[in-house]
Amino acid sequence: MSGIDFTPVWLTLQLASVTTVILLLLSTPLAWWLAHSRSRWAAIVEAVVALPLVLPPTVLGFYLLITLGANGFIGGPWSELTGASLVFTFTGLVIASVLYSLPFVVQPLQNAFVAIGRKPLEVACCLRASTADAFVSVILPLAKRGYITAAVLGFTHTMGEFGVVLMVGGSIPGQTQVLSIAIYEHVEVLDYKAAHVLSAGLLGFTFIVLMMVYIFNRRFPVHEH
Amino acid sequence: MNTRLKIRLGVAYDGFDLKLDLDLPGRGVTTLFGPSGSGKSTLLRCLAGLERSRTGFIKLADSVWQDEGAGIFLPTHQRPLGYVFQEPRLFNHLTVRGNLEFGFKRTPANERRLGWNQIIELLALSHLLDRKPQHLSLGEQQRVAIGRALLASPKLLLMDEPLASLDIARKREVLVFIRKLHDELDIPVVYVSHSLQEVLQITDTLVLLRDGRVIASGPITALCSELSSYLADMAGSILETTVLAHEPEFALSRLAFSGGQLYVPIQDCDVGHALRVHVLARNVSIALEKPPISTSILNIIEAKIIAISEPEAGQHSVQIKLDVGVPLLANISRKSLHTLALEPGQKVYALVKAVALAQGLVAV
Repeated sequence: MSGIDFTPVWLTLQLASVTTVILLLLSTPLAWWLAHSRSRWAAIVEAVVALPLVLPPTVLGFYLLITLGANGFIGGPWSELTGASLVFTFTGLVIASVLYSLPFVVQPLQNAFVAIGRKPLEVACCLRASTADAFVSVILPLAKRGYITAAVLGFTHTMGEFGVVLMVGGSIPGQTQVLSIAIYEHVEVLDYKAAHVLSAGLLGFTFIVLMMVYIFNRRFPVHEH
Repeated sequence: MNTRLKIRLGVAYDGFDLKLDLDLPGRGVTTLFGPSGSGKSTLLRCLAGLERSRTGFIKLADSVWQDEGAGIFLPTHQRPLGYVFQEPRLFNHLTVRGNLEFGFKRTPANERRLGWNQIIELLALSHLLDRKPQHLSLGEQQRVAIGRALLASPKLLLMDEPLASLDIARKREVLVFIRKLHDELDIPVVYVSHSLQEVLQITDTLVLLRDGRVIASGPITALCSELSSYLADMAGSILETTVLAHEPEFALSRLAFSGGQLYVPIQDCDVGHALRVHVLARNVSIALEKPPISTSILNIIEAKIIAISEPEAGQHSVQIKLDVGVPLLANISRKSLHTLALEPGQKVYALVKAVALAQGLVAV
């Protein structure tokens, strides 16, 4: 298989891993708040989180390009601080991926938190556990399934993104040229063999990971509450 | 030392407000009694710090848990309390042992007043330790929940209708353990119930709540006969008795109380056992003379009329308060009142059918 450059594969795995970790950290408080808030802002925030599900990636990518650009709301201060640009960089890709995959992580966690409810937390607090302690020792284990689903969906969805990445990251080999873009470019120059190898690899990998999750979910049903 | 539990709360939600000021004994079982929606559970949640009253004040013995005036509000986990809910609410991701250890591990060793073995033995939990909560019966689960709360060495135990999810046999089983807590562990309990029968044997102090207000509070035996108008059908008197003897051939037990003796359907407890009997007013009748031996009524008690309630318009019955050594309420028809020409001070006989007592008893 000489001739095929596997750099995009590693880059994609790296991007998906970093994005998933950030997303899990970010989504935990957000999903908990959405699950339990009675504020009317909750519905608005929920809608914003869900936007990437339905928006064309180019729309999201376009606004991200503007926001992250040298004169943008985020990109401007960033380049003043670091002297570097956000667009067409790995960091920019991570920010874009986090937004793009947000609903795929927030929603399973939110569902898990809603199913668990507040009661286990209250019980734990009545047994001398602080809220943080109760969250870690009771809510996290009870939400295990939600976390696995969230992590897998976040990871695989990030691996598969194309439009947003193209708009924000371009296709710089080793920096922003991820798998989906490499495949597109192989097809453009009619290198079907390379496109096949990468596409089949992505298809197989994604299928196996999803299948493992569904097998796990069937074998370990949700804890009854 | 005479410890007290002082509670002052004001909570308002849509269409409901709770406002009360209570000074309760800091020992024994205090039962919050009232219909649903009267604020019992909210009061318990406020005590636990799960709800916050912006004007609240809560003090147990010398420790202030909440004093909004002074900006004090201890979060739930800093209040040394145990909370047993209606449903067992065990952590299903842990074994029974893991559940029991949850609060135990988080209690500093020098604050542990109840030993692991003591609680395991008291609640008969040793054979359940390695099982998952999902695989236990509800009664067993509730026992584990009680054990879990106790192992955090609470200084106050809150119980919110802990028997509600159980059938009668399991109710009795758990009630036996609660009674044991009462007798063997010196932990004050605040217990929520809407069934007087359920709490009759374990309650020391009764707090009657209605629409978020305290109607009355005090020792249960003294209070009960004062509360006819709130208890309606369940109006009656509580007698403190001791089991004198069993007559298994007739399926009866003979009890002694300060006014004499009483036959009740046979009770599953030892001779000498203390038993509270709730005699419903509607099960007590009155005779002017001692009925002849040929009557089928077993319990004939000498009594003196203390008071006769003013009959309400449209009501066919009146309530009579008798003195049989302790107060005893009787409901009789207005017609009988008229025919017998009853008056306060008069000497009469109170008649109570033994079978009528059946529903008034929960022996534990």
